[in-house]
Amino acid sequence: MNALLKHRLTWPVLALVLLLLLNQVFRADFLSVRLQDGHLYGSLIDILRNGAPTILIALGMTLVIASRGIDLSVGAVAAIAGAVSCTYIYTSPDPSSLRTAAVAVALAVVAGLVLGLWNGFLVSVVGIQPIIATLVLMTAGRGLAQLVTDGQIISVSNDSYQSIGAGFVLGLPISILIAAAAFLAAGLLTRRTALGTLIEAVGINPVASRLAGLNARTITMAVYVFSGLCAAIAGLMISSNVTAADANNAGLYIEMDAILAVVIGGTSLAGGRYSLVGTLIGALIIQTLTTTVYTLGIPPEVTLVFKALVVIIVCLLQSSRARTLLKQRRRPVTATSDVKVAI
Amino acid sequence: MSVVTRTPAPLNRTRISLLQGKARYAPTLATVGLFLAMFAAGAVMYPGFLSGQVFLNLLVDNTFLIVLAVGMTFVILTGGIDLSVGSVVALSMMIAAALLQAGWNPIAVIALVLLTGATFGLLMGLVIQVFEIQPFIVTLAGLFLARGLCYVISVDSITVTDPFFTAMAQARIPLGGRMFISPGVVIALLVVTLAFYVLHQTRFGRTVYAIGGGESSALLMGLAVPRTKVLVYGISGLCSAVAGVLFSFYSLSGYSLAATGLELDAIAAVVVGGTLLTGGYGYVLGSLAGVLILGIVQTFISYEGTLSSWWTRIVIGALLLAFILLQKLFSRKVPVT
Repeated sequence: MNALLKHRLTWPVLALVLLLLLNQVFRADFLSVRLQDGHLYGSLIDILRNGAPTILIALGMTLVIASRGIDLSVGAVAAIAGAVSCTYIYTSPDPSSLRTAAVAVALAVVAGLVLGLWNGFLVSVVGIQPIIATLVLMTAGRGLAQLVTDGQIISVSNDSYQSIGAGFVLGLPISILIAAAAFLAAGLLTRRTALGTLIEAVGINPVASRLAGLNARTITMAVYVFSGLCAAIAGLMISSNVTAADANNAGLYIEMDAILAVVIGGTSLAGGRYSLVGTLIGALIIQTLTTTVYTLGIPPEVTLVFKALVVIIVCLLQSSRARTLLKQRRRPVTATSDVKVAI
Repeated sequence: MSVVTRTPAPLNRTRISLLQGKARYAPTLATVGLFLAMFAAGAVMYPGFLSGQVFLNLLVDNTFLIVLAVGMTFVILTGGIDLSVGSVVALSMMIAAALLQAGWNPIAVIALVLLTGATFGLLMGLVIQVFEIQPFIVTLAGLFLARGLCYVISVDSITVTDPFFTAMAQARIPLGGRMFISPGVVIALLVVTLAFYVLHQTRFGRTVYAIGGGESSALLMGLAVPRTKVLVYGISGLCSAVAGVLFSFYSLSGYSLAATGLELDAIAAVVVGGTLLTGGYGYVLGSLAGVLILGIVQTFISYEGTLSSWWTRIVIGALLLAFILLQKLFSRKVPVT
């Protein structure tokens, strides 16, 4: 029981379950999932489907944060990816074919990789602080996206392209399957090989890990490229879901949601420790929170207040100072004998 | 007790920064030089650009950004960051608009708004200092909270019809030769002057620089580090509230989505103004020059009719990058020979 309480995923899972139960109380059919026209429908499916872009971006963000970095540009990268693919489809001679959609997706992915490489270059080669290095792209990115779309909202009609964000396979939304595949790939790649440990090593001490023989520069570069890739795919989902590229509003504030998901999931902002499962749960909590606000009939804009409160509470729980204060209050005598490294 | 073994620092490893001595003015001078060059370029390229009013309009249109950049300078000088400023501006505007609509006295409204902003900043500073959480994440939460509170007040835009606010919005202070400024400019320049005095003539100001230079050294010197670190966020919050009031004078409304992304502009202005993001080096006058540069970029784009508005964001991003690289070059440590 004690071990269960101390497990770092216990509290996030509990929070998620409580949120879901709260919804169930207010709407009796909340947890039910029904099959209609061969597709699964229900609030739970909606949470997964709407949360897929956040899950993807949070996945990339987790690895970046594990390397003691941060990527503020993901929202802008998502907007650029959507802009590039939609503009390509819009201007191509055959805007409804599968081939056009495939090229558009490839172009968006390449754009994401290039932008990720750019961030990685600024952080690892030039040596700029991650917040600032990615701030550059966050500032300029939406301008670039508008440059691509020429300031218009580009609407496209291409069934194959639309299926990325709104389609179903085997009754499940494709966006969930893509997010799940990315999650599994990241999990296998970092936890079944030494890569995850290497990223954590870079996050704990870049200089020491370099002296220990790690190629810290390449690893840093790789996490930003991965984050760019995730952001680009998320941008594809967002734009294909509404079959349009909106350079101003696509993925707005999604970097905040992603960082929030990562923090809730127990990944330390100080780097050096991460949990992909935690991030997944964190992203689901965020999406469920948004849905809960709708269910309770509160104006949706107020979600921001709840998110802010969640960030503050989670950060306070994570801070070593707050933990020490709590421990002292509970066990004043043994407080010193029980020094744990809590970040 | 134990013997402390001291290894003497090898002489060739002693390093100094390139920013020592007179060279510490270099980034700020580069900014002022760039501004003059851009203004000259504008004068050559466009007829009517070289006028006093074009310059004064840079001030008139950016009063709130000047005040925001001043607050941000304090925070960045200590090595911190405040992402909440744009949202606090919007919150201040919403509070002001809502209270004025309810028939409050404008002076009481302004006092309450300033108090709210300062308290908001102080609370964030306290969380940062007491719980040792990164400024970036605390002020990010502040961004969410302030923006969300705006929506709690009202989802719709509220128009300000108060006679004092409309008078301030329309007032023009003539400077002779058909040139004029708004009362907001006077307030903004007063804030800059006050900040300059505080940073360079008071103990508090020296402590701000000392924290940015090295927090543990400042602590060992017996300086009031915790108090100062909390206060800089209070100052930034207060400046955001002042900027919110100035923005209300400018736009005569309160709107929840107002001032989105203004924190990026403020950070960009401070960085372009030559303040080092790692803290310790920089001048509030540099930040003023930084705001003027952002303003002149916008003026260029409006004069060049064929360029679309999104070029502003791209150019600001590029400028930000250029100045960060410049900083990197200046703050590079060189071995003492």
